[in-house]
Amino acid sequence: MPTLTYRDALNQALREEMQRDANVFLMGEEVGVYQGAYKVSRGLLEEFGPMRVVDTPIAELGFAGIGVGAAMVGLRPVIEFMTWNFAVLALDQIVNSAAKLLYESGGQLPIPIVFRGPNGAALQLGAQHSQAWESWLSHIPGLKVVAPATPADAKGLLKSAIRDNNPVIVLEGEMLYNTKGEVPEGEYVVPIGRADVKRAGRDVTLICHSKTVTVALKAAEQLAEQEGVSAEVVDLRSLRPLDEAAITASVAKTNRAVVVEEGWPHCGIGAQVVDVIQREAFDHLDAPVLRVTQADVPMPYNRQLERLAKPSPDKVVAAARRVLYLD
Amino acid sequence: MATKVFMEALSPTMEEGRLVKWHKQEGDAVKAGETLAEVETDKAVMDLIARADGVLRQVAVTEGQTVPVGSVVAVIAAPGESVGSPVTTPAAVTSGSGKAETGNVGVASTSAPVAVAPAQAVSGADTSRVKASPLAKRIAKEAGVDLKRVTGSGPGGRVVRRDLEAAGRGEQGEVRSVAASAAVQRSEPLPSPVSPVAARSGGAYEDVPLTQIRKTIAKRLVTSLGPVPHFFLTSEVDMERAAEARDALNPQLGDRGKVSFNDIIVKATALALTKHRACNAWFQEDHIRYWNEVHLGMAVAVEDGLITPVIRNADLKPLLEIGQEAKQLADKARSRRLQPSEYTGSTFSVSNLGMFDIDQFTAVINPPEAGILAVGTITPKPVVVDGQVVPRRRLRLTMSCDHRVIDGATGAAFLKTLKEMLENPLAMLL
Repeated sequence: MPTLTYRDALNQALREEMQRDANVFLMGEEVGVYQGAYKVSRGLLEEFGPMRVVDTPIAELGFAGIGVGAAMVGLRPVIEFMTWNFAVLALDQIVNSAAKLLYESGGQLPIPIVFRGPNGAALQLGAQHSQAWESWLSHIPGLKVVAPATPADAKGLLKSAIRDNNPVIVLEGEMLYNTKGEVPEGEYVVPIGRADVKRAGRDVTLICHSKTVTVALKAAEQLAEQEGVSAEVVDLRSLRPLDEAAITASVAKTNRAVVVEEGWPHCGIGAQVVDVIQREAFDHLDAPVLRVTQADVPMPYNRQLERLAKPSPDKVVAAARRVLYLD
Repeated sequence: MATKVFMEALSPTMEEGRLVKWHKQEGDAVKAGETLAEVETDKAVMDLIARADGVLRQVAVTEGQTVPVGSVVAVIAAPGESVGSPVTTPAAVTSGSGKAETGNVGVASTSAPVAVAPAQAVSGADTSRVKASPLAKRIAKEAGVDLKRVTGSGPGGRVVRRDLEAAGRGEQGEVRSVAASAAVQRSEPLPSPVSPVAARSGGAYEDVPLTQIRKTIAKRLVTSLGPVPHFFLTSEVDMERAAEARDALNPQLGDRGKVSFNDIIVKATALALTKHRACNAWFQEDHIRYWNEVHLGMAVAVEDGLITPVIRNADLKPLLEIGQEAKQLADKARSRRLQPSEYTGSTFSVSNLGMFDIDQFTAVINPPEAGILAVGTITPKPVVVDGQVVPRRRLRLTMSCDHRVIDGATGAAFLKTLKEMLENPLAMLL
């Protein structure tokens, strides 16, 4: 199986889907001539031409709206945001148009659109450009939200997103684009709504998605080496719909859970996961579920403070020790 | 404030208890820690201890009656304190066995004369809520363990899974203290509740109700031979040199004791297990637990059934210590004085019917252990040594293996090591 970067896995998914269906087109800032701010659209303008790889002005609300309109008449737009921090400007189109039109038209207007781009903090980009938006977006009925952590999942989930007849939010990661992994060639789709056990274990479940999968995997290694604890790492992959069965099955096995996310604690994704656990796995719990999140502050610019504000393997290990009653 | 006296789970597997004898009567003053009554569990007779000072009131269970774990059997109140309505008489679970032993138990079983407002029976009593994780509550409920008796190790005294596991192993503080106090106070063996002697007169047959220990044996054994896929390996061992070793050792020991063949077999088995961890294992639901310690269960026949006390770390103990411990445990088993910590947690078992002149037999595995060794009698036989027929003392060992854990060659390799050790006791030093 070829080893690809996350960036090239997304590129492969886009290319294959554009080859497969002439209705698929890509639109956003710098996606064409510049080949994408993060080079995800490399070679696409050359292959598919300017009608299908469309450079836009810096006007997120405008091109998101053009995308929704195109979807209303049967095209399958993929709208790239340079980052999700800029997509806040387009929330009206995402939330009020894309997510609502199927419902408000009585089922007459499906909106098969993908909104994608990097989400969450990178390094020292400051408070306005270091935000994780998944809990905002997952809150909205009418949207699906996926957050792949590996190149293979990035390819498989983007392909599923493009083929889905509903608006799908694809959350990528600036720090993930250069990560490498094996990616199946050709037709490879990952169904939306399925979590994936990235590491099997017995004693505690670490629930994570996107960049925090790496954090959780490192924490699991530390737990195994330092404490002899066998941690299971469950990558949610899809945040809406959420794979409740996978969460419940793992917690039923380990009796303990720590939920890790890049977002803030209040009303975060982890809060939703904890709700699932207390409801569906109550009798299996041997300890309260703990969460590891970004500190409840705007992201500091100072490098040391930024490091302290983010979820880290040490923080996950500390939380796991508490739910295991090792402290 | 009045305190309820519960039928407590005095063994890890106890679901019900038979009240053998009240040591305190209605109206007697009692102190916390004193023995209120003797209770026959599924394994042994244990003391039920007072957990508060006061006066014993509302005794709801008569001697001979069997009630489920968790039932209220009496109340301890302050002198003169009003304790409200009498406690509900617990439903007798096996009136038959009670009847067989005491003949007068009909009183307690079905008449249930005092069932008035059970919810408020002892109002204000025992308001301390037990903090336990949902998982611990579920495990306790399924195992019939009273959470009030378990000390929680979690934050704020929360009972969590490991506390129940510790209690099950007899390591948990409070459980052990109850067990220990029971051991001190009795010296006379108790009569076995039922002696299944032949019927002396009357009908063509006699129905003897199952005692607690027989019920447990019945319940345990059908979880073994049926579901556990057994296979059997037999090997004949030359015991001449073991006999020579024993004959050489015993005169030296003088009044320090004697080494028996059984002690040598136990020691050799334990040592062989350290070299074959694959046989020193438990089959669990979704995994196999390979033990790094060797705790040898030793099947002991008691009047009413059998029980398997455990010689812990048998591989590390000198022969003499194994012999003394085996004798003490067997004596305790026969007088029904074994504490839960003394008959749980074995990793492999040995059953010896040599004293009954049994040549060889197959033993039933004691789950979750993966194997048991059946030891026959040592008997002189003509065997060929260096082309000559000579008499040698021979022993037949049969190992029962749980095929889910041990394969034929695995079991055979263990048995071969054991045979080598017994045929050349010096090999135990290797």
